[in-house]
Amino acid sequence: MIPAAFEYEKVKTVDEALAALSDSDTKILAGGHSLIPAMKLRLNRPAKLVDIGGITALKDIKEQDGEIVIGAAATHADIMYHNLIKKHLPLFAEGAATIGDLQVRNHGTIGGSLAHADPAADWPAMVLAADAVIELKSSNGRRRIPATEFFTGLFSTALQPNEIITEIRIPVPPDGTKSTYQKFVQPASRFALAACAVMRFTDGRTNIAFTGVAENAFRDGGAEQAIAGKALDDASIKAAVNAALQGVSVLGDHYASVPYRMHLAKVYLKKALHKVGA
Amino acid sequence: MSTKINVTVNGVQYSHFVEPRLLLVSYLRDVLHLTGTHVGCDTSNCGACTIHVNGKATKCCTLLAVQADGCNITTIEGLSNNGELHPLQEGFNECHGLQCGFCTPGMIMTAADLLQHNPQPSEADIRHALDGNFCRCTGYHNIVKSVQYAAQKMKEKEVVH
Repeated sequence: MIPAAFEYEKVKTVDEALAALSDSDTKILAGGHSLIPAMKLRLNRPAKLVDIGGITALKDIKEQDGEIVIGAAATHADIMYHNLIKKHLPLFAEGAATIGDLQVRNHGTIGGSLAHADPAADWPAMVLAADAVIELKSSNGRRRIPATEFFTGLFSTALQPNEIITEIRIPVPPDGTKSTYQKFVQPASRFALAACAVMRFTDGRTNIAFTGVAENAFRDGGAEQAIAGKALDDASIKAAVNAALQGVSVLGDHYASVPYRMHLAKVYLKKALHKVGA
Repeated sequence: MSTKINVTVNGVQYSHFVEPRLLLVSYLRDVLHLTGTHVGCDTSNCGACTIHVNGKATKCCTLLAVQADGCNITTIEGLSNNGELHPLQEGFNECHGLQCGFCTPGMIMTAADLLQHNPQPSEADIRHALDGNFCRCTGYHNIVKSVQYAAQKMKEKEVVH
């Protein structure tokens, strides 16, 4: 399968990328591991690709002012193997290891995954649970948007056509924070049939995010409130599981019916809460 | 419109004008005639097209040749050293790690990436690393043994040095 013809520009800086984006029907090419398969199937046929794979500054992973800052073009493997991530954000190392397969992790990028916003992608749940802020740049300047306001629907985000994601910023979780990513894997694609990311702080605050369950990843306020400040025991976990997914329009497809996917999501929330409570 | 690329493949430098939509696997097979890299599913699922780009296992049916500009590429043809088989190639031979052989180049290139990061992998590590490589003869058991053979062989070689 061969993509439809397109014009190609490789850029060295974010400013060059933004300038190139002013052309209509232009797509950013990062790792290409969602875009190229879609172009090969001709589901997508942009007139022009702007390759940001050569912008080394976008691949940085660093600690800055109490935050972990991950460049948008860092690959899943870059993140998973990085010592800062292993030390401060084990949630991201654990979750990244479940994305696709080894070869996909070597090329797919966190920014690409967030921009694509596949309803079953892994990063959306992880960035939501970690209180991440996503930095976007356009030729008009820079804005930072909380992950909770970024995902707006099926393959839809707050990202505007003239913007690119530059960084993902996560407040360094205080010592004693526990987290986990629990995922029921679609065995062929390795996407989540349902998955749950949990971050539990020492003050009892508990962030709970789902992916693979609805049109976009989301924080589950009902489940969070049910468990907030409570010791994690069988009774409180049961209450949180019962409170989860209230008012959520759960997706059904030929892999998982609505009741089955809802059941899976609750089972994986239960597993996650038991894990952070252990 | 053609774009000029410069790549090093198995230690040899090449320079070509290519169409931006040319996939790297097509460049390797149809332009450089390195047909050891196979096209299986053509959808980045099966892993038959796995090569190394700057040392990292890559499904090159999902990479454009233009993205590889300036990169150092190794294919299955570049893995042996002056006729001496790589321990993984030897392992697949010794442990009967192939039946029809179609998936073998991709399996070996992915396993080579694993052994760079994890020289003594457990069976579970090997199976997880080979998640993205399908063997339609279903010969996974001996493939795992072949990788274990190679890991052992590489460890012994290190001791000798």
